[in-house]
Amino acid sequence: MGPTWGLIGVVLGLLAVATAVGQLLKRYTESGINPAAVETFNARVRAWWMLCSLLGAAVVFPNSVTVTLFGLISFWALREFITLTPTRLGDHRSLFWVFFLFTPLQYVLVGMHLYEWYSILIPVYAFLFIPARVAIAGDYKRFLERAAKIQSGLLVCVYCLSFAPALLELEIPDKPGQTKLLLFFFVVMVQLCDALQHTWDGLFGRHHIAPAVSSSRTWEGFLGGSGSAMLLGTALYWATPFSPLETGAMTALISVMALAGGMTMSAIKRDRGVKDYGTLVQGHGGVLDRIDSICFAAPVFFHATRYLLTELR
Amino acid sequence: MTRQLVISQGLLSAAAKILSGSSVRWVDSQPDVCQRVYFANHTSHLDAIVVWSALPREVRQLTRPVAAKDYWIRGWVRRYLARTFNALLIDRTEIKVHQSPVDLMLREMGDKYSLIVFPEGGRSSGEGVGEFKSGLYYLCKKRPHLEVVPVHIDNLNRVLPRGEFLPVPLLSCVSFGPPMWLESGESKQEFLTRAREAVLKLKEA
Repeated sequence: MGPTWGLIGVVLGLLAVATAVGQLLKRYTESGINPAAVETFNARVRAWWMLCSLLGAAVVFPNSVTVTLFGLISFWALREFITLTPTRLGDHRSLFWVFFLFTPLQYVLVGMHLYEWYSILIPVYAFLFIPARVAIAGDYKRFLERAAKIQSGLLVCVYCLSFAPALLELEIPDKPGQTKLLLFFFVVMVQLCDALQHTWDGLFGRHHIAPAVSSSRTWEGFLGGSGSAMLLGTALYWATPFSPLETGAMTALISVMALAGGMTMSAIKRDRGVKDYGTLVQGHGGVLDRIDSICFAAPVFFHATRYLLTELR
Repeated sequence: MTRQLVISQGLLSAAAKILSGSSVRWVDSQPDVCQRVYFANHTSHLDAIVVWSALPREVRQLTRPVAAKDYWIRGWVRRYLARTFNALLIDRTEIKVHQSPVDLMLREMGDKYSLIVFPEGGRSSGEGVGEFKSGLYYLCKKRPHLEVVPVHIDNLNRVLPRGEFLPVPLLSCVSFGPPMWLESGESKQEFLTRAREAVLKLKEA
């Protein structure tokens, strides 16, 4: 249990610092920082507390509880995704099966450790089912576009995210029972990469990656954020099953995928003319805004870990 | 009100809120237990239940959605639901001269209950808001001090569209607008147009 408590301590420390900074900025309004930016930061900190308490619970409770929790997050994120995406009446029946069959089934298979099934359920069987069901409903207008919308929602919100709790079933040679810690490390690193990229964007950002898609993400933010995340990640290597060098490489991978997830989701949001999934329907938290980078990083991190730990050793 | 009814009402409204993912907004408006007529655009069979569930508990217990009898008496599930949310069922098929729906509504309201009505009559396709029928005007004409409150329901037509029986749990939004009254000397057409525009304005707000 040593490394677990160590990592929890580090995370609590970081969260406490972030909370203190947020409250100080809120107190001293003459600092010249845009109050809206401070509020966004504080909202992020609140989301981190939630996420980390969730992960803390995952350490204590059996794996099935964690899998179920991630399943509920997927369900909610998919709700936000499909609400934002215009669908037609002809998509209704296929959406029903997407929500009530494929989403729960994916997590049941993850919970049952059936890798050979949950790795193909959605990208093969659901992806064939969706266009077929839409076609049978008899509406061919913008057919490919509509099928693709439902498919991407299911892929990002359910399939990709389900690889985060799937980390729990990886078998780590000579370090059994460390997978909870691995999941914890993964989620914390994704959030750190996100936060560091944003910090660097704000402080040193000059060259935008794609100004039309995201007005904040810059190359300086990406490189600086990735660099500092790699340093931090390497310093935390004792909490992972990896060597220091491997931990650094894994963090770089996470950083690239976090950028990819953030950019992809902002492209979708820009196309639909909204800023956040949260403001789409007022009063809802905007789950998808918080987990977009986790969704993109999870399958890549899963496969890289699986390859490193079971194939190479 | 029996204890059992209070519990089933609580359960039903919680279930409706979870299923429809509805967020509630009061735009320049406050919930109140005074007698009101809430009028909303009609896009789904769930409309009546969702608007009713969106009200705070004290208001909800005094509010009766007006719904079509032919739909809500079919099968025991619908009958049970209609009884639970205290629906005022109107027979659309035989409307008699001496038993007009407006008179029935006023009688059932008494000096206690508020109503939820859907002045478009049938459900619209969900894209626009259809023309309003005149019932809302006659309600106000007979009870000029009645507050009428515009309500806009967004996205619920995608949760349970026309002709479907299986819902898809998307997120929807119910917006309540500021109360309005029938102005003295306002014609039927003017009032109905103004009411319809109040609902449309909430969509943008």
